[in-house]
Amino acid sequence: MSIEVKHISKTFGNFTALHDVSLRVNDGELVALLGPSGSGKTTLLRIIAGLEAADANSSSEILFDDSSVTQRPVGQRRVGFVFQHYALFRHMTVFENIAFGLRVRPRALRPSKAEISDRVHQLLKLIQLENLGGRYPSQLSGGQRQRVALARALAVEPKVLLLDEPFGALDAKVRQGLRDWLRKLHDEIHLTSVLVTHDQEEALEVADRIVVMNQGRIEQDGTPEDVFHKPANPFVMEFLGQVNVFQGRVRRGQALLGEMAIEYPNYEADQERDAMVYMRPHELDIKRSRNGVASLAARVVRVNPAGSVAKVNLRSGEGQNIYVDLPLERLQELQLAHGEEVYVYPKNARVFVPDYVI
Amino acid sequence: MSATVTRPMTAVPASTVRAATDEPLGVKILLVVVSIAFLALFLLVPLVAVFGEGLRKGLGAYWASLTDPAALAAIKLTLITAGIAVPLNLVFGVAAAWAITKFNFRGKSILITLIDLPFAVSPVISGLIYVLLFGMQGWLGPWLQSHGIQIIFAVPGIVLATIFVTFPFVARELIPLMQAQGNDEEYAALTLGASGWQTFWRVTLPNIKWGVLYGVILCNARAMGEFGAVSVVSGHIRGKTNTVPLHVEILYNEYNFVAAFAVASLLTLLALVTLVIKTIIEARLHQELKQTTETPTGEA
Repeated sequence: MSIEVKHISKTFGNFTALHDVSLRVNDGELVALLGPSGSGKTTLLRIIAGLEAADANSSSEILFDDSSVTQRPVGQRRVGFVFQHYALFRHMTVFENIAFGLRVRPRALRPSKAEISDRVHQLLKLIQLENLGGRYPSQLSGGQRQRVALARALAVEPKVLLLDEPFGALDAKVRQGLRDWLRKLHDEIHLTSVLVTHDQEEALEVADRIVVMNQGRIEQDGTPEDVFHKPANPFVMEFLGQVNVFQGRVRRGQALLGEMAIEYPNYEADQERDAMVYMRPHELDIKRSRNGVASLAARVVRVNPAGSVAKVNLRSGEGQNIYVDLPLERLQELQLAHGEEVYVYPKNARVFVPDYVI
Repeated sequence: MSATVTRPMTAVPASTVRAATDEPLGVKILLVVVSIAFLALFLLVPLVAVFGEGLRKGLGAYWASLTDPAALAAIKLTLITAGIAVPLNLVFGVAAAWAITKFNFRGKSILITLIDLPFAVSPVISGLIYVLLFGMQGWLGPWLQSHGIQIIFAVPGIVLATIFVTFPFVARELIPLMQAQGNDEEYAALTLGASGWQTFWRVTLPNIKWGVLYGVILCNARAMGEFGAVSVVSGHIRGKTNTVPLHVEILYNEYNFVAAFAVASLLTLLALVTLVIKTIIEARLHQELKQTTETPTGEA
């Protein structure tokens, strides 16, 4: 089922959580709402679920499969909602937690005892906790609890699945495992899903599409590849992964960064303007000799080879920190010494001039 | 863990090792003795004295004081009063705690303050308020009189005063508990299609049941033992508007010490039973809160 929100605003007292946000999630898609805390992503998710009401506005609307659910209460929207802190019913067993949504149905729609039991066992199998149906939530680990929460949401056969920072309270290893499992599950059941996260890695790995949010607005909406490689603005660039930011100038089709010049055909005027130059650590290379114009002189401060790439920290002549990710073989070749002067070559750089964006 | 580090034991003789928080033995003994002596003098001796005085003239006299028609009437009235006041304050307390912890609304802080009012005000004043409202010379007095309704110096006044005084117990107990538990479980129930009523009965109430019971026990103890407010509105009509505490006072003022202490021993028993139940519930309540605050671990 597709989800569409149109012109949604939400204010809490003096704080505006959402500014006129519109978004469409296609049937069967897994979309991540990505942003820092306070960006409005959770509020948007809760409005879609019906746990929160958007500010009254004649043009604002929430559509499921192109029919309006704006006036429909949460219980009738048929959404599965997974909370960051699980929100399992603490006095019920795992079995009872999962069965809850079926048991509270009106008598005419309620499945029989045997059907409920079948369905719960099916879901316990899906979340790989077949033998733990009799446990209480307090007897489970965090990862197990979140799987139970997911099974409970799926038990009522929701039309859409909404996940609010579902792995936020878990440690790194469990998070990775659950992430892969969630993606696999989504590929199997193709339930339209919206995932809220502040973890860019999680969004890039799991989602079909990423909606980057900041201060109640959508900054960019695109595939993981797009938002990572073609960021629409400096915010997206800085939020998705580490980045080196330099203060430079642009004029006559070139961006100037100290003595380094980068092609920038978008600005042809003679008049100089300030610009920000962004370079990702993996898009930089280090050389000993200076055999071109486009390079920056810097001193090696620290080399950390512990990882899939070597992280090199350098300091430029102006005292700015520069972070470079080098392949380990390249590091071997270079044999960098502490304090050594080298040249940093950008393989790729993005220039953002206020009002002029590549 | 990649490696286990075994730390060599430092060679300090065990007798000289003392944890930093340990006190010398003498201080420990002194503190324990002082505490016990104080408790014995101010709590245990009076407790024993109540039963001792009541039984001074033997079990027969003790039993006769309890089965005296006036005493029986007082016991009955106390039970009726608590039987009305406690359920009403239970419903009110749960509703108020629910409203305060689950919703945001204007005047919330005023409501919280109002709940505390009976604790802040002297019980005598609470009684006088009702006299001022419903008494013969009170605001509503003439109207009530012309309709033949008597509140002051009658059972309704006693019930009203008791309700007022025991107002805060259940709500005060539940508000912090429900605040700690948050609203997520209720939201989860709603997304799963449960109605508000189902959410309350199946999710909220089981989570707070020990807190509710704790509040009810304290509320009941106070409702049965209340003296000040009830004394002002009752009129002390023997056999009609006397509760147990008021009956004790009358007997005492008549120098009928055996009967006074015999009836008083009933209230003492109530206190002891309350304490025992309270202790049992506290353990459960502690567990209820622990499950809330416990941070889940991340192992899969």
